Amino acid sequence: MENRFVYADNAATTPVAPEVVAAMTPYLTEYWGNPSSMYSKGREARRGLDEAREKVATLLGAQPNEIYFTSGGTEADNWAVKGGARYMRKKQGRTHVITSTIEHPAVLRSCEALEREGFRVSYVAVDKNGILDMEKFKAELDDDTAIVAVMFANNEIGTLQPIEELTKLAHEKGALMFTDAVQAMGSVPVNVRELGVDMLSLSGHKFNAPKGTGALYMRRGLKIDKYIDGGGQERMMRSGTENVAGIVGLATALELAVSRLPDTERIRKMRDRLADYILKNIPHTIYNGDPVRRLPGNLNISFEYIEGESLLLLLDMAGICISTGSACSSNSLEPSHVLLSIGLPAEKAHGSMRVSLSHLNTDEDVDYIIEKLPGIVARLRAMSPIYPGEGK
Amino acid sequence: MQYSEKVMDHFAHPRNVGEIENADGVGTVGNATCGDIMQMFLKIENDVIVDAKFKTFGCGAAIATSSMATELIKGHTVKEALELTNKAVVEALGGLPAIKIHCSVLAEEAVRAALADYYKKIGREIDFEVPEAEENVCHVHEIPEE
Repeated sequence: MENRFVYADNAATTPVAPEVVAAMTPYLTEYWGNPSSMYSKGREARRGLDEAREKVATLLGAQPNEIYFTSGGTEADNWAVKGGARYMRKKQGRTHVITSTIEHPAVLRSCEALEREGFRVSYVAVDKNGILDMEKFKAELDDDTAIVAVMFANNEIGTLQPIEELTKLAHEKGALMFTDAVQAMGSVPVNVRELGVDMLSLSGHKFNAPKGTGALYMRRGLKIDKYIDGGGQERMMRSGTENVAGIVGLATALELAVSRLPDTERIRKMRDRLADYILKNIPHTIYNGDPVRRLPGNLNISFEYIEGESLLLLLDMAGICISTGSACSSNSLEPSHVLLSIGLPAEKAHGSMRVSLSHLNTDEDVDYIIEKLPGIVARLRAMSPIYPGEGK
Repeated sequence: MQYSEKVMDHFAHPRNVGEIENADGVGTVGNATCGDIMQMFLKIENDVIVDAKFKTFGCGAAIATSSMATELIKGHTVKEALELTNKAVVEALGGLPAIKIHCSVLAEEAVRAALADYYKKIGREIDFEVPEAEENVCHVHEIPEE
């Protein structure tokens, strides 16, 4: 097979879709006015902004005045977690936060910031497949719980959490429910009304919109503190002249992604074919995460006796982009907190590989990974002092 | 984080990979929990390192520093090899990202561990510092950025 470029790291970011660029371009070249200006140049931009908000709201099952555009998922997560907790403390004196051990750093670090403000935070464990332990969750939840923050889908192992059920339980105790849907959006159906959540975050660049775009859904009637002080944009909640072109891009991309949801089965089949091949043909491999309750494009596998950064670099030389939970590929000494949370020992977390496929991937991409991967794993194992050899 | 061309060359085409049968000195440092283990094999004749090989479980920098360390000590005397510093390995590789300096320290330690094994085998008193095996303690060894 000829050399190709296979981008299989769509959980990290995605390319901006040509349709999205086309939708955005007039807002950079022609309708460049400030949406807050009253003259026609401003009104053109305002129209684009309003249409985008309506589109995003409809696609989420929300109302337009429940959508706040942000600079991305991290901002929306920070706003929701900190803002939600502080709001409930102010209103009802609640000082407890529940989250999971496998959240994105944007949520985990926000929870730690709340701890420094005097909140008590429960980090609820997940089972070996990465699903939240419901019994432990129920045990933590009480009348002091201000907010529950649990991600819709995990960014490393793709595990889907029972958000609807968690929301019901949280609401029974009068707590707010927030879900980080950054990874789920565009990959699986997400409807805020059906979920019942109070807040939900999303990030544009995960579904072919540009980086620097995102949104927070906040249920009508809920008025946590504004996030940025200034000229009063986003209904006084998040000031700063709106990223009109980016917002138009986000709405267009979300519309495209939702229209493609029926195509999900094809992505799931590609993912499963790759998983089956690896597990059958490469010895000493471990499947990480839940086989069913999982994002369709996500695959996470540990190759024992090798280290993930080396694997990433050699795959890159072959033209394949993946990511790893190894400590060496990040700026820390610890391997992925998600893999450690599902009970994987550190040495096996270091050898993990995350493949995240999208609608842009093809069967040929999977064939190519299947062609290149076994040799690269074998090569690294041949130079590993801890590899016991095949069949051992 | 970006690797130098030299690091990528030694990672993609590591020199002296493998084991030496009946090696005169073998040293193993690091641990799997931290994500890197280096094993160094030395063939020594008349106190000269005539051959050096390595096996490494680790990141790109761990493989590159092992490879470079074997290159730097081959053909040199035991005394000269003991003078190999992690800094020399880093320099020979055209630099390492700060977070990866730890790998060069491991390479230096692997050489010392193998030489200590050699000294022990020939009954010579070990008059240099030998890295101690540490279980589950991971180090960074960052150097200040210039």
